[in-house]
Amino acid sequence: MTFKYIGENYTPADVAGKVTGEIKYVEDYQREGMVYARLYTSPIPSGRVVNIDASEALRMDGVLGILTAEDLPPSQAPAEPMLASADVTYVGQPILAVAAISDDIAEAALARVQVDFEYRDFVTDPLESITEGGPDAYPDGNILRQAGALANENDLISGGIGRIKWPVGEIDRLRTGQEPQNVEFASSWTYGDLDAGFAEADVIVEEPYVTASTPHHCLEPRSGMSYWENGKCYFYGSSQNMSFTRPILAGFLGIELEDLVFINQATGGGFGSKAFPYPMMGVCGHFSRILNRPVQLRITREQEHYVGGSRTGTTGWIKVGARADGTVTAVDVIVITDGGPTGLNFGASGAQHISVGYTPTAMRYRGIPVFTNTTPKLAQRGPGQNEMAVAIAPIMDKVARQLNIDRMEFRRMNAANNESLVYEDRRSLTSAYLPEALEKAAEMFNWSEKESQPRQQAGSKVRGVGVGMGYHQAGFNGFDGLLRIAPDGRIHLHSGVGNLGTYSYSDTTRAAAEVLQCRWESCDVVSGDSSLHLPHSSVQGGSNTTFTHTRANWAAAEDAVRKLKEIAATEFGGTAEEYSIGDERVFRTDDETTGMTYGEAATRAIEMGGAYSGQEYPDNLDRITKVAVEGLAGTGLIGVSRDNLPLNGHVPGLTASMVEIELDLDTGKYDILEYVGISDCGKVLHPNGLSQQINGGAVWGFGMAGLERHVHDSQNGLPAGVGIYQAKVPTIMDVPVEMKNGAVDIPDPANPAGARGVGEPAMGSAAAAITSAIADALGGHLFNRAPVTPDMIINHLAQREDGVKPGELNTY
Amino acid sequence: MNSKLTRRRFIKGVIYSSAAAASGAGFYLSAQSSSGAVSERLLTLNINGVERRVDVAPQETLAFTLRNKLALTGTKVACNRGECGACTVLLDDVANYACSVLTHNAKRHAIVTVEGLRASDGSLGVVQQAFVEELAPQCGFCTPGQVMSTEALLRVNPNPTRQQARLALAGNICRCGAYDHYLNGVMRAAEMLS
Repeated sequence: MTFKYIGENYTPADVAGKVTGEIKYVEDYQREGMVYARLYTSPIPSGRVVNIDASEALRMDGVLGILTAEDLPPSQAPAEPMLASADVTYVGQPILAVAAISDDIAEAALARVQVDFEYRDFVTDPLESITEGGPDAYPDGNILRQAGALANENDLISGGIGRIKWPVGEIDRLRTGQEPQNVEFASSWTYGDLDAGFAEADVIVEEPYVTASTPHHCLEPRSGMSYWENGKCYFYGSSQNMSFTRPILAGFLGIELEDLVFINQATGGGFGSKAFPYPMMGVCGHFSRILNRPVQLRITREQEHYVGGSRTGTTGWIKVGARADGTVTAVDVIVITDGGPTGLNFGASGAQHISVGYTPTAMRYRGIPVFTNTTPKLAQRGPGQNEMAVAIAPIMDKVARQLNIDRMEFRRMNAANNESLVYEDRRSLTSAYLPEALEKAAEMFNWSEKESQPRQQAGSKVRGVGVGMGYHQAGFNGFDGLLRIAPDGRIHLHSGVGNLGTYSYSDTTRAAAEVLQCRWESCDVVSGDSSLHLPHSSVQGGSNTTFTHTRANWAAAEDAVRKLKEIAATEFGGTAEEYSIGDERVFRTDDETTGMTYGEAATRAIEMGGAYSGQEYPDNLDRITKVAVEGLAGTGLIGVSRDNLPLNGHVPGLTASMVEIELDLDTGKYDILEYVGISDCGKVLHPNGLSQQINGGAVWGFGMAGLERHVHDSQNGLPAGVGIYQAKVPTIMDVPVEMKNGAVDIPDPANPAGARGVGEPAMGSAAAAITSAIADALGGHLFNRAPVTPDMIINHLAQREDGVKPGELNTY
Repeated sequence: MNSKLTRRRFIKGVIYSSAAAASGAGFYLSAQSSSGAVSERLLTLNINGVERRVDVAPQETLAFTLRNKLALTGTKVACNRGECGACTVLLDDVANYACSVLTHNAKRHAIVTVEGLRASDGSLGVVQQAFVEELAPQCGFCTPGQVMSTEALLRVNPNPTRQQARLALAGNICRCGAYDHYLNGVMRAAEMLS
């Protein structure tokens, strides 16, 4: 199929506002009478609040009030409370908020608040916690007993607190890369005959591994601004989603969905951490209600480190068996997760990376989500999968080397394709061209030549080349599309997708323009304000928006085209089938002069009423969409539909990356000389947008593989590295001078535009390529840890212990 | 470094503002005790070629004044501690972090913010136009800072190499990792200017 918009570059409407500074983020909104709220955060890692004395603060000129847990609906651990009291679970956890007429006074007032705590045991390392006699993050236990399996990371986790302890000897086995025996896990799955898989293997490699927790550090802190008017809350927030945010935030505030107006024109970074409403939104909303004033709750950079989320750290063990011909016959993997105080975990997602990347004949996953008194974890770009990608890449290189098979070729022959069955449910993929992506990367990178060249360079420099793969489930179905053709002929494409910088909120509406065969210049993308009547949309996360919402918008546009033809048939006679569309007109196929413009049809739709102008709508729409359609009823021709297209199989987002690094043996530092990232995301929807996601994902990958990590002082529970600089977020100097990317660009049959998402795996494959390249530069040495930092490299070269306990997390 | 904004004065300013930020009580007390202080509060600032009169507390940062007193919210505050460059503005054509400049120290300089780059007919400035064409921003929060650092570079070096451009943007963090696209934007802007 030839497309007019799918696969073409264009300028999304919000770009100009970004380069001029005119687009608004939360702290850019002012409102008359607005007051300023700031947070008092916990100085201790674990305990409870015994007493709060804010009398001195409240006596200060300009201070308007405080908000504590007592003013808020109760919450039950391990859920993250809006403000903590009974369970204080990390340093930096918000305890109370104070509001004043200025930000300065609010901050000054915080210094005059006296909070008394009762101290409790705390723990910053998950293996320490599951060791017999080790400390627990909560008085009642140390692990999350999850209520049910997560379908994907866009699901909300729920569960209770449980306890698992292993004998010291079994913990030691795990730390040293051996399988622990007769121990309890919280979750597991298996497919195939694992024992038979290892029995037929010619090479077996087993290794421990650690991947660090890394803060999101979205550049826009999660500040909020809200006010109440006539019982309605107007909330200015920073979110990855206009849709899920509303019912959940309304729930936080104890109001009906219809009484919440959510405004979020642009989101200054989310990366998973703003997929759902966060507790700070509730603090702002309740405070403004109680004070009856507009409240801006400003989150500082330091506080963003605490409450802004971080990736789950993982520590575990991997055993791989492979036949001489390169077939991966068995993989056994244990993932112990540092879930912070809420127990969030993506261990099973990590197993998915292996399942898709290497399609082992048999596989087992076992995991434990452990609580720690570190900052709360939130989904972060490819949660689970990317940790596994960066950890397993050098391990798989070791397998390939022992088999004497080229590392790229080993991956190409095992990677998922159209025939593969994946995960424990052994489902197929809608389409998969990971082998082709690897081939294309190898060609662009010149893999064979680079792999065959000597590693030793002049002086103290050595080269390393690495290959990585990334996977993430990247598409759902069942969401709604909504558009309105106005009597003036303008086509309003309503998007409930958040705007966090991927441009998918706009890109996916082009599917509707494609179906309507209209000029893009005739379209307005309506988004960013729930009072503008936005349809129920997926979270802009999980790399799913591209697939999910091209489908939903396609369906809505098909509904609009059907209505256009029916209206024309009513007007000019005959049946709808006798009409066609083109040039923003609907006309008789056999006589193009008999017809009407889209604008005229919209006017007729209003006259005809019913479903044509939104007075009626399909019952299978989500409630959010129904409310939106009711708001638009009678204002034009309404195209609205739930995405009812068939979907069989998992929708994959796939990437292959290659890097060349130059490592200095004197300093342990390396430069990335070349980077190539190839995506298999079906038909490319928006080439410039794709390039941004592949390159941007790679920058995240470079951070994960070599720079970023959480560090907590295990003696006092204090976090180090709370700033952007200390967290080692990559700068422009940490990335290659030029980055190359491309795409396989083969349409996926499960999407009418052929497109799938890909934002997250781009990070995993780049990170994997770096750890692969570092091991390559050092003669195959495995650090079994990410990030690999210069001090680790120097210690290794000097044959010196680095002082870090194997398997330990949140450490130097 | 700008000759008028001496290094010593800059560092003094940063230390003062950091100390103020670190100690809330001090911040409050200084605001209280400043009522009879010697320093003049009503300043005339030259911003985007226009003289603006504004009441400025002694400890106020330029980023705060721009955003909260003058409604110039294009200048973003992402860290407020000199780490990220989102608040970059020009002082006499030199890129400065507005979160780390005291407004009182900026009064003798020509200040240019992202709002001051449009041409007189309202069209986008060259750097802005180049960034649009390269789809340089992702989330956009660091973009005004990237634009201003690029402006500063091209005003002294209208024909930079990619490496020079990279160094010029080294003080601007982009968490989305759009660095390659920003660099493409800088190179395109240089081409458009030549």
